[in-house]
Formats: sequence, C-alpha cells, structure tokens
Amino acid sequence: MSHDANTGSAGKTGGFSLGRLLHSPLALPLIGLIVVSILMGLASDNFFSLNNIMNVLRQVSVVGILAVGMTFVILTGGIDLSVGAVMALVGTLSAGLMVNMGLPAPVALLTGLLIGLGIGLANGVLVAWGRMPAIIVTLATMGMARGLGLIYSGGYPISGIPGWISWFGVGRVGVVPVPVIIMVLIYALAWVLLQRTAFGRHVYALGGNETAARLSGVKTQRVKLAVYGISGLTSALAAVILTGRLMSGQPNAGQGFELDAIAAVVLGGTAISGGRGLILGTLIGAVLLGILNNGLNLMGINPYLQDVIKGAIILLAIYIGREWR
Amino acid sequence: MLELNGIRKSFGKIEVLHGVDLEVRAGEVHALLGENGAGKSTLMKILCGIIQPSEGTIRIEGTERHFADYDQAIAAGIGIVFQEFSLIPYLDAVENMFLAREMRGPLGMLDRKAMRKRAAEIMRQLAVDVALDVPVHRLSVAEQQFVEIAKALSLDARILVLDEPTATLTPSEVEHLFKVMRELRRQGVAIIFISHHLEEIFEICDRITVLRDGEFVGSCAVSEVDNDRLVEMMVGRRIENNFPPKPAAAPAAPLAVEVEEVQLKKGGPVSRFALRKGEILGFAGLVGSGRTETVLAMLGAYPAQRCKVKVDGVEKRFRGPDEGLAHGIGLLPESRKEQGLITSFSILQNVSLNNYGKYRKNHWFIDLKKELAATETAMAQVRVKAQGPHARVDTLSGGNQQKVVIARWLNHDMQVLIFDEPTRGIDVGAKAEIYALMRAFTEKGGAIIMISSELPEVIGMSDRVCVFRSGGIVATVEGAEINSETIMTHATTGRVEHVA
Repeated sequence: MSHDANTGSAGKTGGFSLGRLLHSPLALPLIGLIVVSILMGLASDNFFSLNNIMNVLRQVSVVGILAVGMTFVILTGGIDLSVGAVMALVGTLSAGLMVNMGLPAPVALLTGLLIGLGIGLANGVLVAWGRMPAIIVTLATMGMARGLGLIYSGGYPISGIPGWISWFGVGRVGVVPVPVIIMVLIYALAWVLLQRTAFGRHVYALGGNETAARLSGVKTQRVKLAVYGISGLTSALAAVILTGRLMSGQPNAGQGFELDAIAAVVLGGTAISGGRGLILGTLIGAVLLGILNNGLNLMGINPYLQDVIKGAIILLAIYIGREWR
Repeated sequence: MLELNGIRKSFGKIEVLHGVDLEVRAGEVHALLGENGAGKSTLMKILCGIIQPSEGTIRIEGTERHFADYDQAIAAGIGIVFQEFSLIPYLDAVENMFLAREMRGPLGMLDRKAMRKRAAEIMRQLAVDVALDVPVHRLSVAEQQFVEIAKALSLDARILVLDEPTATLTPSEVEHLFKVMRELRRQGVAIIFISHHLEEIFEICDRITVLRDGEFVGSCAVSEVDNDRLVEMMVGRRIENNFPPKPAAAPAAPLAVEVEEVQLKKGGPVSRFALRKGEILGFAGLVGSGRTETVLAMLGAYPAQRCKVKVDGVEKRFRGPDEGLAHGIGLLPESRKEQGLITSFSILQNVSLNNYGKYRKNHWFIDLKKELAATETAMAQVRVKAQGPHARVDTLSGGNQQKVVIARWLNHDMQVLIFDEPTRGIDVGAKAEIYALMRAFTEKGGAIIMISSELPEVIGMSDRVCVFRSGGIVATVEGAEINSETIMTHATTGRVEHVA
C-alpha cells in the first residue's frame, strides 16, 4: 500500500497484489532491473550464467556497501561526498599498519573500521553542530582524506599484507562470493535499523521535515551524527573488501565511487531531498549499475562510450521516476 | 464582471465541487466563505487557470473564457495573492513586481528607472508607502502583501483574489489593508476575499457566497445576514457555544512551571510568569510581540539573552525541545505543515514520532503491534477523521491535522502543553472539538499555555491571560478583566520596561 511505500515503513502486511507492487517505490527500480537484465541477456549469451551473475554481484559489492551509508545520509536530506576517499584512506592505513607497523592484521583491520567511523562522526559533528552544509563539509573531508592517504603512502600502493585477507575480496562460500555475503548482511542490518527501530523512523522524519522533528522532541543532531557515522563505517567496510581484492592498500582507489553510490541510491527510488526511499531500492539500484557495467563490457563497448550510456540511462531513469510519482 | 456557472471538478473518481456558482460585480468586495475543505481553494485555482474545471463555464464581462494556465488568466485580468506569498525574498519590491517581464531599455538592458517609476505609481494608487529598494524579506508581512497586490495591479488585474490575507496581520495592518481594498473598490476592481474572520466579512464585504462540502449554499448581500446565520450557512447547523465552560478558579493549585525571568534580546524587557496545574494560560498580543519566542526560549529552542525556568520547583535549563519532552513539556507549533507534522508520514508515524520509548521490543526494536494499538487509541481519543492510522497526514483537513499533533502529545504523559495558535486555519466544527480536548487535558491536572491571535479564543478559553507587547509581558489579567477592551488596550499601549 502506498502509505507503507512512501516512507518505507512496513507497518502492515497486506496480501500480495500487482496494484500494491506497482504503487511501491520499488516498482520502477525493479522494472528497470528486469528490462536491463533482459536486454543484456539478449545481447550476450554469457550474461545469465551463474558464474557471470555471481561475478556481477561481486563487482557490485564495494559500491553497494558505500551506497548503504549514502542511503542513510540522503534519507535525512544530506549528502556524503567523502565515501570513496575515506575508503581509500582506510584501505591504505590498514595496509600500512600491517606492513609498516607490524600490527596483527585483525587489529589493523579493526583500527581501519574505527578510523572510518571516526571520519564519519567528524562529518556528522561538523554538519549537525557546526551547522554547515553537508555538501561542503564532505567535499572538504573528501579532499583531506584523499590527500592524507597519498601523503601516508607516498602515492604508491602498500602491498605485502597477509594472504588470508584476500578471502574478503575474492573468497567464496559455496558458489557465493564472500563480499556478496558481507554486502547482503549489511543491507539486512540496514533494513532492520531503518524499518524496525525508532532511529530509523527519525532518519525518515529528519528528511521529511527537520523542524517538525526537532520541535516534537527528536534529537535531530544526534540522528545526523549517527547517519554520517554509519556512512563512514560502511566506507571502511567497503575498504576491507577492496583491500582483499587488490591485496594492497591503494591510495588512489575509489575515485568517483561517491558518485556511483549516489547514483545507486537515486536509481533505487530514494528522493535526493530526503524523507522517502527504501534500502532495498538502493540494492536494486546498485545491482542495476553493476549489470550495466558488466553488460556493456561483455558487449565490448568502448569504455568512454560506456560512461556516456550510463549517464544517459541515469537521466532517463530519474525522468521516468519523476513522472511516476 | 465575473460569472462562474455550474463549476464541477473531479479528481479521479472523487468530485470535490458539485456545481458551484459565483458572481462578482465590478467595484465590490465579495466574500467567499466556507469551512476548510469546502472547495474555496479549488474554485480559486480554477478561476486562475491552475486547474481546469470538469464542467461549467467562466464568463468575464459576458464573454466565456477558458484558461489553460495561470498566464492566460492573468492576461484576462485576474490577479491572485496566495496565502503563501510568491515573492523572492532577496529581491526588492520593484524587482519582484516585474519579475519575468522586466522592462528593457536599449541593448536589452534592464530599464530600472522606468520600472521603479511604474512601481511607485502603483503604490501611490494603493495609497501605501512601501520601501521599494530593500529586499522584501525585510518588509513586514503586511507590506509584502501590498507588494503582492501591487504586482497583480501592475498586470492590470480587474479581478483580485485575496486568499486569507489577514491571517498573519496585526489589527492595525488589517485596517491598512482594508483601506487599500476600499480604494481599489472605488476604482472599480472586483475583489474576492477569503477569510475565516467573520467580523472582517461584516466590516469590509458587500456580498458573500458560501460553499459547504463542495456545494453551493448561497449568495446574498452582507446586510441580509448576521453572524449566527453565516456560521449556520457554513456548517449547516447552529453552533451555540464554541467554548467549554471554565472551571472555578483554583488559585491554590501548585505551579507546574515557573519562568522566573526571560529576556529575549539584549536590552529588551524581562518577563516572568507562572503556570498553575489545571489552568489554561493565554498568551495574547499582536503578531511579533514575542509570544512564540518566549515559549521557544523556555524550551531552549530560541537563543534568549536570559531565561530561568523552574519545573515543579526545580530549576532547569533546557537545551532543546527534546529536553522539554523529557520533563513533560510539549509544544504544538503554530504552523502544522512546516513545524508540526512530517507531511510525507502517515498518521501512525506522526503520532509515534516522539513516542518510541513507549513501545519497544527487545530494547532496540519498535513493537509494531503496540504502536498500532496505541495510535488507534490516541486517534479515537481526539477523534481524527481519516481512513485509518496509515493515511498520510497531507490528505487530512487542517482540523484533523491538528488533532494528529494533539494525539502525539496526549499519547505521552505530559504535564504541560504549549499550543501556538491552536485553531489557525481550522473550521468552526473542529475548533470546538479542539477546545474540548484542551479542557479535558487541564481537567486531568495538565497545564496549558495557549498563544492565540484570536481574541474570542483567548477570552473564551483562558483562565488567566498574559498580554505581550514589544517582546515582553505588559500585564497579566484574570477573571472579569479578561475582555477584549482590556486585553487590546494592554496589547497596543502597554508599557514595557527595557532592562540592560
């Protein structure tokens, strides 16, 4: 029903029906996903093979995880441009702690997660208590995080980390890649947070009407602090997977990933102004982007042209979504 | 001049206007009356071409017209001043008046002189003196309204629609507006005037048209009706007494909140007041006299110079409404849409917004069943009319929206509720229900601060009244002193002491 759909609270479970599905904000992203999948399947025999599907999901995992934190932030009406740079910084520092400082790998990874969380919380403090626009704050911290990673590493990848860390990037449980499992777990956790806790409702309330939320007693500054903290943490979690895949800390990794993450959120039907959207939509959006990347590659399309096509598809999707509401 | 005949409008399957007629003559002020949801706004939107009627005709000076959009209506001589102004705050009056149709000189440069001259002419025609060179956000609400009217006139409007123009004006500003309206009437402009203040209708209007639930009830001259008859036409039944009876004075009741001193601005007046359990304390005064700021300062939501608050005899310093909530003090702000409700949320989610402490499961999670049950109880308590707890609040009428805000706070165990303009924009029937809810709250020992710009409401509801002027309390009256003369005298002439 539309009331559940609009804010994403699953307060009531009605029966399944086509009308209900069509009115859900997930309808459009799902249709997009299906259409693009069919097109790709027609263009390439290989597309629907289990191997390729798992491959796509594995490729999606890094941006998909970044997009979780981004969803929280965008739902409150904010934005976080620092996610890609924070991911690179955390990856570089974790690798450095293992290789240069000789810390045990688990300690180094955990420290990395804390650094990511810390940067996110710093963003949150600046936005909530410093009363500065999120786009400016995170633009600045994006530059700082990128710069610090390059300073620390001298601009070179830091390799020589323990081999088992590759499990996070390329390992498999059965046929399912480990990063995909991690991603799904993070999405499940995010769903619970957004749909089943008071914090989640407050996230939606902030994006819907911050003044009303504050005047009715919602601790709006703390909610902001938390969403940027979550975004920092998911950036750091993405860093663990990326480090495992590249088997090194790469200070230049993740350039432009913040834009892919934003695209995934918006393609997933979340309003850029906040207040409306579903975490499941973001997952669909991320997979949609991944399929586009994969399919265009399989078709052997010039990479420069791929960017143009992706941009056009995002525009088209947002335009249709606008008419849809 | 203007004739609307048999206007019908359907949205989807639901018809909201069932054949409405409206006839407005040149040189008259015509009141369009009706409760919220009666169809006034829809009818005006049709007149202005913003939406198209499903059936019916619009005639201007005998010629049938069809407006595909707002621009065509403007071209036909219709001007509208919306309830929410459409001025650009950082542009000055001249720039706003000529927005998107700027006069151009040679080389396509703006001809600022010509525009300013024309603007000054129109202001003279209105007999008002509005600063033309400052950004409009620095003008008073009334002055901004004059700019809006001037803008409509600069487009040669012969039919002017004023949608609740007096809602945010002070009495003297209303007087000024009426002067302008009379001047326009003399010049032969037809004015359609929408207002919830019936006394204004009798003061300024020549004829009235009443709508009820999308139906045309009737048109007549103002002189043919009285107050009671008008209300009856609007609601279809007589409402004898809006206000529930006041309880006998109980001066010995313990204090719920004591504000020992509050100074809004450096150098401004210092006020003090106390709120007793079981009473309604009215805050009267003109718009801008510091009533809202004072209660916000109490809750730490306004940066006051000084503010000392005692709750149940213990000194407290709130840093925000969340801390007020923790101590049983809740605020129901004046603008429901902007400050009270999350409009994209359902009733359930709006009621729950600050209530999650109450229905938890395993400490972290919302207990959805308890939430639904509590919301249904709260909705029944305040009698929200809606399809159900999952209806979005932006589909509700103003009165029901206010009831949702009330339900949110009644769902808590609150000691003190602060109602800021509790019935603004709410129709007569719902008003009475809200008054009854307020009394029910105080009968159970709760205390209410009620900020209101409607004198009858202040007088009818308050056990005591603090009168504000220029940022401070100039008098506190009770008993027989609560009458319009006394309150208005204090509000307009009371002396405030400025303290460094």
